[in-house]
Amino acid sequence: MRPILVLAVLLLAALAVSVALGETALSLAQYADALARPASPVREILLGIRAPRAVCAALVGGALGLAGAVMQGLLRNPLAEPGVLGVSAWSASAAALVIATGAAAAPGAVETAALAGALAAGAVIAVIAARFREPETLILFGVALAALGGAMTALIFNLSPSPITIAEVQAWLQGSVDNRDWSDMAPELIPMALGAALCAYAAGGLRMLTLGEESAALSGLPMARLRVAAIAGAALLTGASVALAGIIAFVGLAAPHLVRGSVNDDPARTLAPSALAGAILLTLADLLARLIPSEEELRLGVVTALFGAPLFALVAWRAARSWRA
Amino acid sequence: MTTRLEIVDLTVVERGRTIVDGVSLSLQAGEVLGVVGPNGAGKTSLLRAALGLHRRQRGDVRLDGRELAHRGEAERARLVGYLPQERRVAWNMPARDIAALGAPDRAADEALALAESCLTELEVGALADRGVLDMSGGERARVLLARLLATRAGVLIADEPAAGLDPEAQFLILERLRARAGAGAAVIVTLHDLTLAARACDRIAVLHGGRLRALAPPADALSPEILAEVFALHGALVPTSAGLTLTATRVGATGSRL
Repeated sequence: MRPILVLAVLLLAALAVSVALGETALSLAQYADALARPASPVREILLGIRAPRAVCAALVGGALGLAGAVMQGLLRNPLAEPGVLGVSAWSASAAALVIATGAAAAPGAVETAALAGALAAGAVIAVIAARFREPETLILFGVALAALGGAMTALIFNLSPSPITIAEVQAWLQGSVDNRDWSDMAPELIPMALGAALCAYAAGGLRMLTLGEESAALSGLPMARLRVAAIAGAALLTGASVALAGIIAFVGLAAPHLVRGSVNDDPARTLAPSALAGAILLTLADLLARLIPSEEELRLGVVTALFGAPLFALVAWRAARSWRA
Repeated sequence: MTTRLEIVDLTVVERGRTIVDGVSLSLQAGEVLGVVGPNGAGKTSLLRAALGLHRRQRGDVRLDGRELAHRGEAERARLVGYLPQERRVAWNMPARDIAALGAPDRAADEALALAESCLTELEVGALADRGVLDMSGGERARVLLARLLATRAGVLIADEPAAGLDPEAQFLILERLRARAGAGAAVIVTLHDLTLAARACDRIAVLHGGRLRALAPPADALSPEILAEVFALHGALVPTSAGLTLTATRVGATGSRL
């Protein structure tokens, strides 16, 4: 329980800092004014612009952290996460297709496409994982899936007649929580909550998979059902995140990695702390993206990739130890 | 005697090749049955197919009189425990938590207490807090066996539990499995060391090319004829003060010093 409490406090602190700090420097008097007067302009900056953005980052980070932890447990692989395995890329590609064809005007079309793309990638991974047991092999397939997702998106750009659409989709693909308000988040809460519930249901199965497929199959747990729940849960979380903020890689890798040691490496107990850690990481990453002075605001997906890619290499280095053993 | 496990005419075909061919055997409560045979004889496939981990072409597997496939997952887990040959562990969980995975149906603290007693039984109780990836291969093998013992199942099936272990650990592991048989469990182990098999098992099933070549007490199952035919060994099991011991040379190895 303790890691969860500590992380929850840290998350609240990160959210508070993220709301308090931003491009517009504020004086103490202005903060006091915002607290005192509901109609003050500073209050509008804090609660109308920064707060939804911070909460959106936390929500997406939490979903990706949880999705990463579930995928790692399911595939018994510390390198697994929605970005690395191509789930995000497929989700984004499906959403890009909807935008490029002009179908995005229909309410919920982009969200539905993003979820469908993520679920399709999840299903492909499930089939491959059942066939090939070696964790290294699965990552290689992930590389292929991610490349295919990227290629499909590139194809959509290629064939799209409208440069404005391309610019729109490209900006969104780089990942951002800029300009999100509460009404953007509301529809994603349902798939996220459902995904989280499925992940929680699968937790015991993930722990049992530590010993491998065969031991788990005979452990008495309903592994087939738990496996489907885990894949569907991770795909729903990823799809909802992509719909809300585009592709944000490596949060799902970093969050479980950071908390695993505090829960004795138990894949079931890694889930909740990973969600919290992912929320903290993305809240801080977004704060960084806003505060680093630059002509053009840094994209959140760019920031996480810059930190995440070296971390991926580090985790791969360390994972080699358990694969050799 | 109570028959715990009954395998009838079990046949496994993989990519057109018959790898287990009409094997029938039964296992009594209190018995340790050794399954031996050269590499590729079908030992692991036999066990995996019997447990439902591999598709059978034909044959029946009855656990306490009822077809295994008709039993639910939880019921099957209560009746039979399995230790696979594969010892890869995904996460660096402490030994205690790993062994406790043998008893997922019990309350957490009860499972952990059971896990500790099983670790102690295998003389790795002092390592209960250590991560399994920080252990030697032999230590980890004991932790995984502790997980099997923690299942408390009436039928225990261990695939190569002694592989890669030092001699003392091999004896210890077989002793503990024998102790479980003494307490009423039925145990199947696959082994490569024929001396160890002869000493630890009540009966030995010799597999050769997927077929059951012999099923008998060690001295009969590992007769000089079968050693020659199945294992290409020229020799015999000789009674010594420590028990039956294999003295043999490779068939055709004239002039070799081995």
